[in-house]
Amino acid sequence: MTYLIEGETGDWEVVIGLEVHAQIISKAKLFSSAATEFGAEPNSQVSLVDAAMPGMLPVINEVCIGQAVRTGLGLNARINLHSVFERKNYFYPDLPQGYQISQFLEPIVGEGVITLDMPEGPRDIGVERLHMEQDAGKSLHDQDPKRTFIDLNRSGIALMEIVSKPDLRSPAEAGTYMRKLRAIVRYLGTCDGNMEQGSLRCDANVSVRPVGEKELRTRTEIKNINSVRFVMAAIEYEAERQVEIYEDGGNVVQETRLYDANKGETWSMRSKEEAHDYRYFPDPDLLPVDLTQEFVDEIKASLPELPDAKKQRFVNDFGVAVDDAATLVADKETADYFEAVADSGDAKLAANWIIQELFAVLNKDSLGIAESPVSSDDLGKLVGLIADNTISGRIAKDVFEVMVTEGGDPAQIVENKGLKQITDTGEIEAMIDALINDNPDQTQQYRDGNTKVTGWFVGQIMKATGGKANPQMVNELLKKKLGLG
Amino acid sequence: MNSLTDLTIARSRDGLDKGDFSAVELAEAHIAAVEAARDLNAFITETPELALERAKASDERRAKGAAASAMDGIPIAVKDLYCTDGVATTAGSHILEDFTPPYESTVTQNLKEAGAVMLGKTNMDEFAMGSANITSYHGNVINPWKLDDGKDRVPGGSSGGSAAAVAGHLALGGAGSDTGGSIRQPASFSGIVGMKPTYGRCSRWGMVAFASSLDQAGPMTRTVEDAAIMLQSMVSHDKKDSTSVDQSIPDFAAALTSNIKDLKVGVPKEYRLDGMPGEIETLWQQGIEWLKAAGAEPVEISLPYTKYALPTYYIVAPAEASSNLARYDGVRYGLRVEGDSLDEMYENTRGQGFGAEVRRRIMIGTYVLSAGYYDAYYVKAMKLRTLILQEFQQAFEGVDVMLTPTAPSPAFAIGEKLDDPVQMYLNDVFTVPASLAGLPAISVPGGLSDEGLPLGLHLITKPFDEETLFRVGGVLEEAANFTAQPSYLEGVA
Repeated sequence: MTYLIEGETGDWEVVIGLEVHAQIISKAKLFSSAATEFGAEPNSQVSLVDAAMPGMLPVINEVCIGQAVRTGLGLNARINLHSVFERKNYFYPDLPQGYQISQFLEPIVGEGVITLDMPEGPRDIGVERLHMEQDAGKSLHDQDPKRTFIDLNRSGIALMEIVSKPDLRSPAEAGTYMRKLRAIVRYLGTCDGNMEQGSLRCDANVSVRPVGEKELRTRTEIKNINSVRFVMAAIEYEAERQVEIYEDGGNVVQETRLYDANKGETWSMRSKEEAHDYRYFPDPDLLPVDLTQEFVDEIKASLPELPDAKKQRFVNDFGVAVDDAATLVADKETADYFEAVADSGDAKLAANWIIQELFAVLNKDSLGIAESPVSSDDLGKLVGLIADNTISGRIAKDVFEVMVTEGGDPAQIVENKGLKQITDTGEIEAMIDALINDNPDQTQQYRDGNTKVTGWFVGQIMKATGGKANPQMVNELLKKKLGLG
Repeated sequence: MNSLTDLTIARSRDGLDKGDFSAVELAEAHIAAVEAARDLNAFITETPELALERAKASDERRAKGAAASAMDGIPIAVKDLYCTDGVATTAGSHILEDFTPPYESTVTQNLKEAGAVMLGKTNMDEFAMGSANITSYHGNVINPWKLDDGKDRVPGGSSGGSAAAVAGHLALGGAGSDTGGSIRQPASFSGIVGMKPTYGRCSRWGMVAFASSLDQAGPMTRTVEDAAIMLQSMVSHDKKDSTSVDQSIPDFAAALTSNIKDLKVGVPKEYRLDGMPGEIETLWQQGIEWLKAAGAEPVEISLPYTKYALPTYYIVAPAEASSNLARYDGVRYGLRVEGDSLDEMYENTRGQGFGAEVRRRIMIGTYVLSAGYYDAYYVKAMKLRTLILQEFQQAFEGVDVMLTPTAPSPAFAIGEKLDDPVQMYLNDVFTVPASLAGLPAISVPGGLSDEGLPLGLHLITKPFDEETLFRVGGVLEEAANFTAQPSYLEGVA
C-alpha cells in the first residue's frame, strides 16, 4: 500500500531520510573521563576538558569506538578501519570549545542496511553512514526571565549519528525505521534507545515529488524530534505542507524546521542563507582512528542474535507465525520473555498468550515488559498447565486474571480454587448420558440434523462442571453419544 | 662574575651538590634580579613566595641526599601560556587577564617534580602570535642587548619574556614554547640557546594552545648542556595528550661528547635568501667551517619546497588558531564584555579581549577554512606540509644534521616592522620548515652582528634525534666561544 498524498494536480510521493542521534552506552564521555549518568545535578559531571578550559586536550574513549563498530556491524555496514575526527566550528554558549568534535569526510562506519517489516512485506532501507561525535551541553532558557543557564553534564557525551539514505516513503515507514533501529541498538547494548531522556533523537529530511518524477526536490530538515509518534506526525504535516506549496504554484525553501508537538505543526528555525559555515577540518589534537581487522572481528564474534535472525528462528524452530514473531522480537526484553515462557511448554501457545493476554494487561497500564505483573516463569507454568490439559484455555484466563491482580503460582491457584480440568472420561460420559436422557427434545433436534445444538450441550456440561470439563473431550464424547461419533 | 645569577644550570647543580650555596640563596639572588629588572618587562607575574617555598623544599631534599634531578633547586622562568595551578595564566592576553587555572600543565608539573623553582610567569606575544613580543597585552619586553643608539630592541618572540629573563640573568633557564620559531628566534635575538624538541616529545596538556599541530615546549638556557639538562625534566609520554609520543627518553646531556667526526652536515642552498644581510651569510659560512674543523663533512643539499614553508605555515597555524581560540567566548571564564544580545556579547568580548594581531590571525584562519576557500588554501597547505616533511625525510637519508641561520636579521628596534605584518612573519623563515615537519631544532649563539647584536646558528635533525642535535650544538658552542654579554648586565653590575 503506497503512501501518496492526493493533490489537485495529481498524486505526490514523500521522500524521507532520517538522521538519528544515538547516545552511546559508556560510563565516560567520548573525550573525557566525566560520568554520563542521566539526571545528575546540573554541572556535576563536567571535566576540565568538557568545560574547554585553556590547554585541555581530548583523549578518545576506546569503549566508544568499540560501541560504534558494534553498531555498524549490527547494521550490516562497512567498517572503515581508518577514520578521522574533525572539528565542526560554531559559537553557542552550550558548546564550550566553540566547536564540536565530529567525523565528517571519513566516518567510522560506511554503508549498511536496515530491513523493515512492513504489512506489505519486507523493505530494505539503506544506511548511508554512521559517525561519532560529542554532544553539546544544555541551554536552560526557562529558569530565569532574563538569563539563560547552561548545564554541561551532557557536554562531550558520545553520540552516534546514523544517517539513512532517502529511501523511506511514508510516515509509517519512518516510524518503523525508528523502532527497528532502536531495537537493534538495544539488542547490541550500544544505546538505551530512551527517547524521552534524549538518548535517541531524530532529524527528518523531507521532500515531496509528483509520482513518477525521478529527481529529488528541495528538502527541509525537521530537527530534534524526540518520539516515534512525533516523527511520523511531523513528516505527515511537513509533506502535506510542501504539497500545498507546490500546488499553489510556490517553491519549497531549503531550511531547518522544528516540530511543535502541541500544535502538530512544523515551523521555520533558520533558512539556508542563515546556515552556518561549519569550517570542518581534521582535529589536530587527535590522531586518526586506525583499527585492526582483528579488533573488528573480535567485536563481530561477540555480537548477540539480532532481531531479524531471532525472528527467523522463532518462525523456524517454534512455528510462530511471522507477524507474531516480528512483534515478539521488536524489543529484546519481550523476545527474552517469550523464550522463557516458550521454554516451559508450547511455543505457539506462549506467543498467543503474550501477544493477546499479556500485552492487553501491559498496554492498559502503559507498562513495559520488564514491569510485567506476571513473571515469565509463572506465565510459562500457566501455558504448561494448558498444554498438558490440566486446565482449559478458558479457565486459564481466570487463573491469569488472579495472577495479574493477586499474583501467585498458577498451579497453586488452580489447586486452591479447584479449577483442575475434568479429564476423567467416565465422569463426563455419565454427565452426557444424564443430559441426553433429561433432554429428549434437544437430542432429537440434533439427530434431525441441527448440529448447532451441540453448543447447547457443551454449555450445559460446562455449566455443570464450572468450566472445568475439557471442552475437546466433551465435544468428542457428545458426538459419540449422540450417534455421530 | 661570581654572582649566583651568572652561573649555568650545570654549575649551579654542582654548587648545590657541594653545599657551596643553598637553593634558597640561589632563589633569593634571582628574585632580587627579577625585581631589579622590572624595566625589561620580562615577567607578567612574579612568584617569589612560591619560589622560596620550593627552594626550601629543595634544600630539604638535598640535605637528605634525595635531590629529585639535576634541576632540583634551579630557578626558572615559565612562559605565561603554561597553566600553573593557583598562579595567573594570561597567555599575554586581555581575554585571560584574570584567569587562574586550578590545574598544572604536564610540562611545568614535570619541572616541579624535578625540583625546579619557578620564579614567575614570563611575558609573551599574545597567544604566542608574534616574533617580537610586541603583541602582548602586558606591553613589550625589552631585549637586554642594547647598542649605544639609545633604542630599545625587541627580544624576539613569542617566548620573548623567557628569552630576556635568561639573557638578562634573571633565571637560569626558561620554559618556552615554539610554534613556528618562538623559542629559537628569540634565542637568536637574545644571545642564548633555544631548543625545540621533536613534536610529541613534550606534552601539550595544560599549554594554552595556539596551533595544536605545531606547538611544542622547549628549554631556553645559556648553554647547550643546560638545554639538555632542562629538556630532560620537561619531556614525558602523557596519556592526556594524544599527540604525545611514547618514545624512549635518552640521557640528553650524555650526548654532548664533542665527537662529530664524519658526521654529514647538510647545508640547504634554498636557505640562502635574496637580500639576506651579509653578516648572516658570513656567520653561516663560519658555522660550516667550525663543524668541518671538528671533523664533520659539510654537504650542500637542496630543499626546493622551502620557499612554500612560510605561506604554508601562515595558513595552517591561523586555521588551527581560529578554532582553538573559539573557547574564549566570555561564557565560562576570562573576560566578558556584556552586550544586548548573545552575538553582541561575543563581539564585545572577543573584539576587546583580543589584540589586533590575534584578531588578524583569527580572521585569516576563519577565511582559509571557509566553504569555497578550504580546498584552495587549507587542503593545499596540508599537501605542501606533507611534501615538506617528505623532502626532509629524503634529505636526512644523506645527512645527519642540517645547519642554517636561525633568523634573517639580528634583533630590531621596538617600533620597527610594525606596518607590514608580512615583514614580521619573515622572521620565522628559517625556523618554520622544521616546525611544519615536527623536527627537533636548536639555536646556538654563533657571534655578533656588525653592530654588536647576537646572531644564532640553527641546527635541525631527524625526529627524536635530539642527541645529535645537542652533540653538534655543543661543538658549535665550543667553537663559537660566545662570551659576549648583554650591555644590560654591565649596567646592573
